Amino acid sequence: MENIIKNETEIKQNKNLWIKKISNFYKNKFALTAAIIILFLYILVIFAPFFAPYSANKNFKDKFFHPPTKIHFWDENGLQTPFIYETEVQEGWAEYNINREKTHSLQFFHQGEEYQIFGLFKSDIHLFGVEANIPIFILGSDNYGRDLFTRILYGGRVSLFIGFFAIFITTFIGLIAGGISGYYGGIIDSIIMRAVEVIMSIPSFYLLLALAAVLPLDISSAFRFFLIVSILAFQGWAGMARVIRGMVLSVKNEDYISAAKAIGAEDKRIIIKHILPATATYVIIRATVAIPGYIIMESGLSFIGLGIQEPSASWGNMLSSAQNITKMSDFPWLLLPGFFIFITVLSYNILGDGLRDAFDPKS
Amino acid sequence: MAEFYGIFTNCIWKIKKMRDYIIRRILIIVPLLLAISILSFFIMQLSPGSYLDQMRMSPDISEDLIKEMEADFGLNKNVFLQYFSWLGQILQGNLGQSFTYRIPVSQIIISRLFNTLILSFAAMLISWGISIPIGVYSATHRYSWLDNIFSVFSFIGLSIPNFFFALLLLFAIVRLNLPLPINGMTSIMYDYLSPTEKIIDILKHLLVPALVLGTAGTATLMRQMRGQMLDVIKMDYIRTARSKGLTERNVIYKHAFRNAINPMITIFGFQLSSLFSGAALTEIVTGWPGLGKMMLTAVRSKDLYLAMAGLMMGSLMLVLGNLAADIILALNDPRIKYN
Repeated sequence: MENIIKNETEIKQNKNLWIKKISNFYKNKFALTAAIIILFLYILVIFAPFFAPYSANKNFKDKFFHPPTKIHFWDENGLQTPFIYETEVQEGWAEYNINREKTHSLQFFHQGEEYQIFGLFKSDIHLFGVEANIPIFILGSDNYGRDLFTRILYGGRVSLFIGFFAIFITTFIGLIAGGISGYYGGIIDSIIMRAVEVIMSIPSFYLLLALAAVLPLDISSAFRFFLIVSILAFQGWAGMARVIRGMVLSVKNEDYISAAKAIGAEDKRIIIKHILPATATYVIIRATVAIPGYIIMESGLSFIGLGIQEPSASWGNMLSSAQNITKMSDFPWLLLPGFFIFITVLSYNILGDGLRDAFDPKS
Repeated sequence: MAEFYGIFTNCIWKIKKMRDYIIRRILIIVPLLLAISILSFFIMQLSPGSYLDQMRMSPDISEDLIKEMEADFGLNKNVFLQYFSWLGQILQGNLGQSFTYRIPVSQIIISRLFNTLILSFAAMLISWGISIPIGVYSATHRYSWLDNIFSVFSFIGLSIPNFFFALLLLFAIVRLNLPLPINGMTSIMYDYLSPTEKIIDILKHLLVPALVLGTAGTATLMRQMRGQMLDVIKMDYIRTARSKGLTERNVIYKHAFRNAINPMITIFGFQLSSLFSGAALTEIVTGWPGLGKMMLTAVRSKDLYLAMAGLMMGSLMLVLGNLAADIILALNDPRIKYN
């Protein structure tokens, strides 16, 4: 009886601890803002077909390197609903005349191209569009006359989810390898740890380069996405496994593990039920801290042309059209995908920092 | 001077004591490099097609020449034989021929390695030069507005991808018409310049990549230094120093700083090894002819032996960097004993 009461108070205390940790996190305004920004970005890219005015590869002829369309609120009659002017290409190259004779008003919930989200629901309503299907490029257009804003949203799907999937696989392999290695010790331990050492001794970007060069060019973009995730995970699991192993080693000799062994629990059960949960906090924090690294690596690979290939968009390969210095200085909006990478990585870093502060037992 | 000599002899004595440990560590490097070479060789083999396939496409190269090259490079044998013949050549100090450049790989790799080392060294100079003073200032003026600004900057520096930062700098140079080069390591006129002008020319080219890499390192270092300083300032011996009536300057620089900088030396070692990986993309964007840029060309054109040499050289540097880090740590921290 006494034991049960003791147990209950312990559970209560544990609960309070978690509530405290979570409320700690809520108090951290920076981290909370970062979390909201990340959530917002994910919603934006998941519902990209709705938020974007066009489909990802829709190109407008004669609209190459179109500067961002100005949205006007005022004309000679005073305040108006938002409207834009149509532009026409000039004789020269990528220079546009503004036709000020007629205004075209901006429509919200505009009926445009039909799309599907996850093949689940169909619609043709876009967040905004312009009457009479006059093209609008709120962030400019690229070298094929494609809307940059649209491509940033579709490219964000790759850039934001690659980190997510990669860390998922990395964590999974790292937990298994590290768990087995730490728990069993002996030969298995040495084999796994030697493998870890080999992978960690090759400069990570060189390894990524060599692996990415292996990918054939004629595969579908979904398969390519999957392969790049695998490459990132292949490179990343080693560090995770090493740390998990260390944690398992320190937990292994605790009394409750001996107790579980004494009542005859199987190894698998002990590893999964008792040892790995002890590493949970660490794993969550480490995952949050590692995601931005994967986002940067993917964008780097795509930037040099070894990652996601045209015509699929990713923030990295969109920047590579800006690699040409003259283009970059003439059409500075081509640098915008980089700011999206930056905002995402910044938010993840602040979030990771906040999580560490809130959950770190030392603080 | 005498003090310095004392530290020096102390180090020598310690290294003697650690000799067995160091020898063992160096011996471990050999099988490690062997495993790395096997892994890299088979990764390179996985890639579809070979350099010769590209040559076959070109109409002005005869079939005989290709056959001859196949035999020369041992590409007609099976993978395992190829690996062992490559390994045999490596052990004799022959890194093989580059397919694309048609010269020995060793010639290319030495100059490239040297360039990467110049870049890494400059980057380290920048990052340590900036971050240590700022770290100390931030710790001694905690939560002041300048400290807050520095933290914001360190977050920004931590979050901006190197290649994007490089792009932004290049963009600024072109837009503002700054008299700085935007690509490569030397200008076209390089061969006609006098020695001092040559150095100035290289330094100008070095500025952007070194700044990019340097600021990337600054963010982490600054935060580490600030944290270390804050930990040390809380210690009793600092309070003692203050209560003895020492000036604040003396307390900070003679007592706190010396103890706070110690753990940073470990970070120095790890930086040594991580710089190679970090430098690769920056080299590619700014056209700095280093090891990273060479690797990209090599894997793209399937230049097998060049890519292998790049991978091996990069790994060797990383392993040596880690070893150096451990030795420096041991020299620096009397509590660590190696047997």
